[in-house]
Amino acid sequence: MREINVSTLTDVIERLCIEANEHLPEDVKCAIRGCRACEDGEIAQGVLDNIIENYEIADNENVPICQDTGMACVFLEIGQDVHLVGGDLAEAVDEGVRRGYTNGYLRKSVVKDPVRRGNTGDNTPAMLYTEIVPGENIKVTVGPKGFGSENMSQIRMFKPSAGLQGIKDFIIEAVETAGPNPCPPMVVGVGIGGTFDKCALLAKKALMRPLDSSNPDPFYADLEKEMLEKINELGIGPQGFGGKTTAIGLNIETMPTHIAGMPCAVNINCHVTRHKTEVI
Amino acid sequence: MARKITLPLTEELAKTLHAGDQVLLTGTIYTSRDAGHKRMCEALAKGEDIPFDPKDATIYYVGPTPAKPGHVIGSAGPTTSGRMDAYAPTMMSVGARGMIGKGARLPEVVEAMKKYSGVYFGAIGGAGALLAKCIKKAELIAYEDLGAEALRKLYVEDMPLVVIIDSEGNNLYEEGRKAYLDSKK
Repeated sequence: MREINVSTLTDVIERLCIEANEHLPEDVKCAIRGCRACEDGEIAQGVLDNIIENYEIADNENVPICQDTGMACVFLEIGQDVHLVGGDLAEAVDEGVRRGYTNGYLRKSVVKDPVRRGNTGDNTPAMLYTEIVPGENIKVTVGPKGFGSENMSQIRMFKPSAGLQGIKDFIIEAVETAGPNPCPPMVVGVGIGGTFDKCALLAKKALMRPLDSSNPDPFYADLEKEMLEKINELGIGPQGFGGKTTAIGLNIETMPTHIAGMPCAVNINCHVTRHKTEVI
Repeated sequence: MARKITLPLTEELAKTLHAGDQVLLTGTIYTSRDAGHKRMCEALAKGEDIPFDPKDATIYYVGPTPAKPGHVIGSAGPTTSGRMDAYAPTMMSVGARGMIGKGARLPEVVEAMKKYSGVYFGAIGGAGALLAKCIKKAELIAYEDLGAEALRKLYVEDMPLVVIIDSEGNNLYEEGRKAYLDSKK
């Protein structure tokens, strides 16, 4: 049994909130540069050049890549041999978010009630997911999620008879409906299976997976490649101004589901797909 | 090549801008997004003034991050314009001609643009650090309680924008995509 004080988590989350918002992950940068090399239209090339210049400014000057510094999605994989001491876990996580967003000059974008609104003033609460896993470490991932793209996400409960074609058509439909709104080039996270809620979480987790990785199942790895190609034939292009690069990546995560169902969720992200992980 | 333009956005200037034009914009603009627009439109409905003179004004749909010490403003890229569609025709009816944002607009907004010679400019969504470089002055003028959504007066120099929808209703989102797809046939 390893004891970890929750204040350690607060410190790590504060730092990850700031770093994730200022420094784009290398896999995302690499995907953007790869798409720039293949783009041929003048406006599309110009947009991608600006996007590259933007993340370079953020890197060099330690400023947020995008002004929508997002809701703080926090994923904790807690080893089952860890004993958390020193206070309430959720409060420690929120304190990390509070400090990160305040000390890092990040935008506070959370309202305390979905209908009656009212900014909470410190970007809390975090969207916290905990998972108990073997071991005695805690893997912390912070993924700030902007809402221009979140608003364009969709979920659908398919009949199994809709089959693979139903899923393919739905992914394309979601991207086409999103059009210029989620700041293309986008990253597409797809969840297939589980229940209504688990399916949406799979799609979110798909966005946290590096873009240079593939689903370990060759069937879904092929589907990832095929869907990315199809999306990039839509012509929406960078910022929706027309061009080849509508998406820079597409990840699929799946899990078992019920004999009567085939849920599919499409979580859209922008080219500022942020995630930062640290193991305690 | 991008064309340099200077505000205010008069009707004459607006009519020379066409969907797909790349421009470098210089002048004074005002920031507002969801909550600020709601408040301004409520004021106008009551016959009250809004916090700035709307005649020939340009509004930037943005909620910047807080300025770090020594900076004029934090990151300041555009937010999704469609959420301001409910308010944009009202704003144009009192003279606000220019809009800077990103994403699609409703047909009623395009109709109002044709009626009032409005122009919808696109800034690059997600390029908040780059766009902040063009902002030389920032002053909070109203609705401070709204935090990131407060109204600010900005002075920008050579802000890189693309005309998405012009005063005749031409739309780069439709034309740009079609031109790309036609080029691949």
